[in-house]
Amino acid sequence: MSTHDWGDQRIEIIVGALLRTGVTLAAAVVFCGAVVYFARHGTGVPNYAVFRGEPENLKSVSGIVHGALGMSGQAIIQLGLLLLIATPVARVLFSAIAFAIERDYLYVLITLLVLGILLYSLFGAGG
Amino acid sequence: MNVLEFSALIGLGSLLAGFLGALTGLGGGVVVVPMLALLFHVDIRYAIGASLVSVIATSSGAAAAYVREGYSNIRIGMFLETATTVGALAGVGIALYVSSNAIAIVFGVVLLCSAYLSSRHYVDGAHLPPSKLAQRLRLNGAYPGPNGKESYNVTGVPAGYGLMFVAGALSGLLGIGSGAVKVLAMDRAMKIPFKVSTTTSNFMIGVTAAASAGLYLHRGYIAPGLAMPVMLGVLAGSLIGARVLMRARVKVLRYLFATVIVVLGFEMIYKGITGRI
Repeated sequence: MSTHDWGDQRIEIIVGALLRTGVTLAAAVVFCGAVVYFARHGTGVPNYAVFRGEPENLKSVSGIVHGALGMSGQAIIQLGLLLLIATPVARVLFSAIAFAIERDYLYVLITLLVLGILLYSLFGAGG
Repeated sequence: MNVLEFSALIGLGSLLAGFLGALTGLGGGVVVVPMLALLFHVDIRYAIGASLVSVIATSSGAAAAYVREGYSNIRIGMFLETATTVGALAGVGIALYVSSNAIAIVFGVVLLCSAYLSSRHYVDGAHLPPSKLAQRLRLNGAYPGPNGKESYNVTGVPAGYGLMFVAGALSGLLGIGSGAVKVLAMDRAMKIPFKVSTTTSNFMIGVTAAASAGLYLHRGYIAPGLAMPVMLGVLAGSLIGARVLMRARVKVLRYLFATVIVVLGFEMIYKGITGRI
């Protein structure tokens, strides 16, 4: 029992560092995107009162990466948001590995199930 | 109002929401959507997308601070996440087919409920007999108390699991963390000690929100120009709030924030019924 507890504690410290890194990186990328976006569109008029849905290149993972490489401010922001969404996904992946090291196969299975749902949402469903 | 001014105003509002949300433990996400929809006349679908993103940011940011204390139970979290993530997908599915007005009404009711729930406190059942299901799932654990390790047993697994599905569905439908429902499921149904349930719930919120955020992104609900000030503002506000929390007397603030939530709740219901959202 106590060896498990210590294992869990160590895992959680690593998980904490992972989350902090992910959020910091995401916020930094979003901020850079904001600078580009303001420089180009800062004086434009915002309009979110009517829902039109974002264009294709800001909706799919490949479109966002492509746009960010082309230095589009909105695409860089979106890339930062993708990194943010990926942070909890990375934490779930890490937990699966940690449970596998502990040979807790019931929880490897449970964790992979959660991971599958997240990956479906991010890539599977019309991504 | 140009893009720069609009972003600055929304960033400031989000900062305040994140600050008060962290200070009172109610979460900032719950006021972001009403703020955007009622104050800035943003379409509720864009508001939900932006709010979800900020929920992931605060959850991950706060979790990084929490994990060092060793209260959260990673097995309880992961097991219940199978319910919240499936619930989140269901919530998004519902959101795609119901009208904005219906979403606003549900949102208002949830606001009123979370204000009510936050005004009550429960005593946890510290030394319960272990339940078979909890034992098989290895959910029982221990946390560092004042007199060394305090172990606890978990009960009511099916009820807690069901409530978690509802929490996930509300998170996906409304773009909020559903922290109130998650803590309710763990405190009341599963009798998990308060310290463990709050930290574990915070841990789960990010994963739950990530499950619906991907789907919303692909459907064009996440507008970068709007999500950017909301995410940065709420994140900064919640980090400041978490620091101030150690020193502040939050009781008065809690009531104040709960009052704001109640007012926003009625406003959302009213706007939803009269079809002006």
